[in-house]
Amino acid sequence: MADSVTGANPEHGEDGDDPSRRDFIHIAAGVAALGAAATVAWPFVDQMNPAGDTLALASVEFDLTKVQLGQSVTIKWRGKPLFIRHRTGAEIASAIKDDKAALRDPSTDEARHKAGKAEWLVLIGTCTHLGCVPTFGGGDYGGWFCPCHGSHYDTSGRIRKGPAPTNLEVPDYAFLSDTVVKVG
Amino acid sequence: MSGHSNYVPKTGFERWLDTRLPIARLAYDSLVDFPTPKNLNYWYTFGGILALCLGIQLVSGIVLAMHYVPHVDHAFASVERIMRDVNYGWLVRYMHANGASMFFIAVYAHMFRGLYYGSYKAPRELLWILGCVIYLLMMATAFMGYVLPWGQMSFHGAVVITNLFGALPLVGQSITTWLWGGFAVDNSTLNRFFSLHYLMPFMIAGVVILHIWALHVTGNNNPTGVQVKSKADTVPFHPYYTVKDGFAISVFMLMFAAFVFFTPNALGHPDNYVPANPLVTPAHIVPEWYFLPFYAILRAVPDKLMGVLLMFGAIAVLFVLPWLDTSRVRSMRYRPTTRMYFFIFVVACLVLGFCGGRLPDEYVIPGLKTFQLLDADLNSMVWLSRFAAAYYFGYFLIILPVMGLTENPLSQPKSISEPVFSHSAALPVGAAASPEKRG
Repeated sequence: MADSVTGANPEHGEDGDDPSRRDFIHIAAGVAALGAAATVAWPFVDQMNPAGDTLALASVEFDLTKVQLGQSVTIKWRGKPLFIRHRTGAEIASAIKDDKAALRDPSTDEARHKAGKAEWLVLIGTCTHLGCVPTFGGGDYGGWFCPCHGSHYDTSGRIRKGPAPTNLEVPDYAFLSDTVVKVG
Repeated sequence: MSGHSNYVPKTGFERWLDTRLPIARLAYDSLVDFPTPKNLNYWYTFGGILALCLGIQLVSGIVLAMHYVPHVDHAFASVERIMRDVNYGWLVRYMHANGASMFFIAVYAHMFRGLYYGSYKAPRELLWILGCVIYLLMMATAFMGYVLPWGQMSFHGAVVITNLFGALPLVGQSITTWLWGGFAVDNSTLNRFFSLHYLMPFMIAGVVILHIWALHVTGNNNPTGVQVKSKADTVPFHPYYTVKDGFAISVFMLMFAAFVFFTPNALGHPDNYVPANPLVTPAHIVPEWYFLPFYAILRAVPDKLMGVLLMFGAIAVLFVLPWLDTSRVRSMRYRPTTRMYFFIFVVACLVLGFCGGRLPDEYVIPGLKTFQLLDADLNSMVWLSRFAAAYYFGYFLIILPVMGLTENPLSQPKSISEPVFSHSAALPVGAAASPEKRG
């Protein structure tokens, strides 16, 4: 091991010009110490990530019969608001009509609800700008409006105007039956 | 610290101590015998005021922590309990809450003074940068402290500020989740903010020690910006500046007390007396007044990532200021053109603060609709913020570098003492100190 490190001029190594066995020991010890420090540091960094019990509470079930046509219900999911909107025919029509409009974050209305369930829109209710909760019925596009910095979303929850970069997020969810959805 | 020491131990105990731990010598050299320019004005008293502010925040904060409960179910109620039931809890909490505002008033005065008199220039670059580090730590501490009462503004302020990091590409989402310890601002977030809010003032105290150490190596700057040339330019810190600082502190404390006792909530926001509700955002969400200029810069930019970068850039630019200002003349007293730009800069900061507290679409001149420029009316807060933000950056990145190369500064005095002795008012009529020099 030493030979391969010492090289052709062991006498130079004494001055620190060439790698010598002593340099090797210094570098190896330094790397080992850094590695050890990083290993010890990681638990202290990772402890701030979501804990096991936080992750375990990650899904909710919801009974859709509670929501009348044209109503929205806001429930809490993973500490955030979740919008469950029972859309009217006019809202759906307006959302589909705008599929071809100039969208900042292009997406068809079809892609934002489950197949055959156009009347149910399930969205994470935090503005994609800085996380405020938009209110329904405000704004220029008949959907949501964020009071914090003025982002306008349409009836499909797509961003149309204001500082937010992306559409309101659609969470992972599934219909367990015709009237029950499971989110998360 | 400045090389030699005039400390003479007087008693046997002091001699014994001095050869083991020369702490009395350190105190004597830094607070009593320290040679200080003799022309410091009242703008130079804010350092002492700030030290006191830090002390008040530490003491009142430690007391509050004895009664506060960092849990989403109890935080708001425990703060109300402090206000109603804990003996003198109202006083300690109002001192702490208003103390944060007083701290920022003093730090802004201190910083503008440094900008005006060129206190950031060689050899005081590190002194200035340490000050910027303190300012950054202060902002982090104040933000986390504001979250603790767990009112509506606390909660949604925390949401907005932590979401700023979500603007970073690729890693943004992981960073916010890591900061929150969950999928939203929740109990784990409150808990860690409490822990860090308790820690950071001690970090500030540590950097303050470095700041004072650096100050005592280079010595104070002064209103002329001319370096101390001889002993004739200085006076000992005690009693000259202990008394001057003491008087300024007394006046400052009068203002502090006026807020605490007469309008304790004037600088706060009523929405923060509503318990946090994650499902409803207050209609008009604003940070505390001391963050408003930066908030205005954030909102002035239509792009999320650019807005966040510019907001942090507004602070980052302070760190490199010593190398942006190319002029070798420190004090604005001798830079008449740049001085004018400096005063416009102060106005731009105030304008940004004003815009930050208003809604972006609001008219600046009420009821006057002008024309749509790109995305907003020209007569709107958003455009006013843009002009002011452009000036803010322009001052540091264009005006200061260029002015140093192009302007003709006035001639500076040869020493701190010279303008005092040569000024006609300094010579009593018919009683010249050195008659042989009279024309």
